Amino acid sequence: MSPATLFGLLAAALVGLGLYGLIVRPEPLRRILAFNLVGAGVFIVFGVVARRGAVDGLGADPVPQAVVITGLVVAFCATALAVTLLVRLAAKEEGGEVE
Amino acid sequence: MSGFLLVLAIMLPPAWVALMLVAGGRASEHLAHLFVPFGLAISLVIAALVADGGPIIYFLGGWRPPLGVGLRADGLSAAMLVMTAVVMAATAVFAAPAFRTPEGQSEARAPFAFWVLLIALWGALNLVFLAQDLFTLFVALELLTFGAVPLVCLDGSAATLRAALRYLLFALVGSAFYLLGAALLYGAHGTLDILLLAERARAGTGAGITLFAICLMVAGMLAKAALFPFHLWLPPAHAGAPPAASVVLSALVIKAPIFLAMRLWYDIAPVPEAGATLLALLGAGAILFCGTLAFQQERLKLLVAYSTASQIGYLFLMFPLTGAEPFASIAWTGGVLHLVSHAFSKAAMFMAAGLIAEAMGHDRISGLSGVGRLLPMSVFAFGLGGLSLMGLPPSGGFTAKVMLLSAAVAQSAWWIAVVILLGGLLAGGYVLRLVLAAIAPGPMPVPVKAISRRRELIALALALCAIALGFVPLQPSSLLAIGRPGSWEAMP
Repeated sequence: MSPATLFGLLAAALVGLGLYGLIVRPEPLRRILAFNLVGAGVFIVFGVVARRGAVDGLGADPVPQAVVITGLVVAFCATALAVTLLVRLAAKEEGGEVE
Repeated sequence: MSGFLLVLAIMLPPAWVALMLVAGGRASEHLAHLFVPFGLAISLVIAALVADGGPIIYFLGGWRPPLGVGLRADGLSAAMLVMTAVVMAATAVFAAPAFRTPEGQSEARAPFAFWVLLIALWGALNLVFLAQDLFTLFVALELLTFGAVPLVCLDGSAATLRAALRYLLFALVGSAFYLLGAALLYGAHGTLDILLLAERARAGTGAGITLFAICLMVAGMLAKAALFPFHLWLPPAHAGAPPAASVVLSALVIKAPIFLAMRLWYDIAPVPEAGATLLALLGAGAILFCGTLAFQQERLKLLVAYSTASQIGYLFLMFPLTGAEPFASIAWTGGVLHLVSHAFSKAAMFMAAGLIAEAMGHDRISGLSGVGRLLPMSVFAFGLGGLSLMGLPPSGGFTAKVMLLSAAVAQSAWWIAVVILLGGLLAGGYVLRLVLAAIAPGPMPVPVKAISRRRELIALALALCAIALGFVPLQPSSLLAIGRPGSWEAMP
């Protein structure tokens, strides 16, 4: 099995696990973590795709790597925003505000 | 030279936001109002130039794709830019009294956040409409999400935080699907530029991957656009959001993913008939299911929110109807016209609903009898907006629905024609619920708060925009066909 196939399968497994978590798990924190699993899977796909550049004698194609770096930053920001919302929500609910 | 305008349209808002963050508080509020004429002027000038001289193209740093990144304004993006600018400008005027920094304070959380996010959203929307590569579009979509989610929970109560979290998760999963599709497209074709992708997809290699990738990306966009059955996040998000935020969210923010789905579908590679039919089926589900739910709502705000989830469905009915020459078809013009007129009418209706709720202190429809005498202009704006949703002439909604209907009949897609008509009936039902309550006889309701005439006029002006769109000629629009199918070569 070539490394590319192996990484592809790994990415598929991560995306699958993440989606399973998103659909089945109602707890918000688990959903945030599940989203991060999906994200990791997608970034690995980009990593595999970047290897295509190796054909032209380059170590790797830089475009997908640039996308992954930006994607990581965005996923980090999204997670931070989601966790902030969750912490606020938990504080409100502890404080006895019932809707 | 005109290419510079595109840069201005996407760079001025973020630069302004940076300025507003530094200025802080009351100064940022003034800065936001100051931005409105500039933003409006940029979009109008771009639209005028496109209508006059064809697509505007700008290459960042002078590098052409595939090495560089290009910006491009065609007829469709011009229409979207103007729609965004008009609704944004109206929202800024409408929101001014509600988000004024209180006297004696230099900064208050909600007003500061609102004005910063409003300008940020404007910039993100402009970027969605002008960017031409999947990567920039990904960034634009994320900017849009990060701007829209906090608007949902400006109030800060537990219910709005929960709604914001749910919206964020839906939007993020949509982005993940989009990004996965982008990775596969890059793997198959070695570029992220939409126009180059289209060229290489036409060459015929990797057709299966292209199809799969586009399906993934469109699915992601459906989650962001709240198309049935992904509409679950939309009503709670609107329930607690301030009216001005609902206007922007419902009229503009959910239109960006739909715009993108249209571009992926029509500009990269057409998806086979089965896919188009599936989208139309989901659209039909949205129209009927969410329309029925809208009819059953107790609260006016939620009625309007479910109506948005229902009207989104019409935009997906166009996919199986556009035929072999999509950009010259009447369904294409009808779909885009529906998108624009829905933006105006729904903005007017959310504003009117907000004003009614503010004046009465609540928005339970059963308690709104006689409100037509208290706020005649708001109820009139709501009714005019509703006229367009129902598809009664003269209104943009009428013209759009007639176009979709005639395309459906011409192609013997009878079930689509039936859904369009049923959707109109449902819209009539839920719009009349408020109108009938408002004109019911009885004592004049006692307002808890006085409403300024100016804010009512803004709602009415937007509703009149939706009506004015009804005078668009009933034929495929030449503006919307400008620069389609797209090419980087079409430089003047």
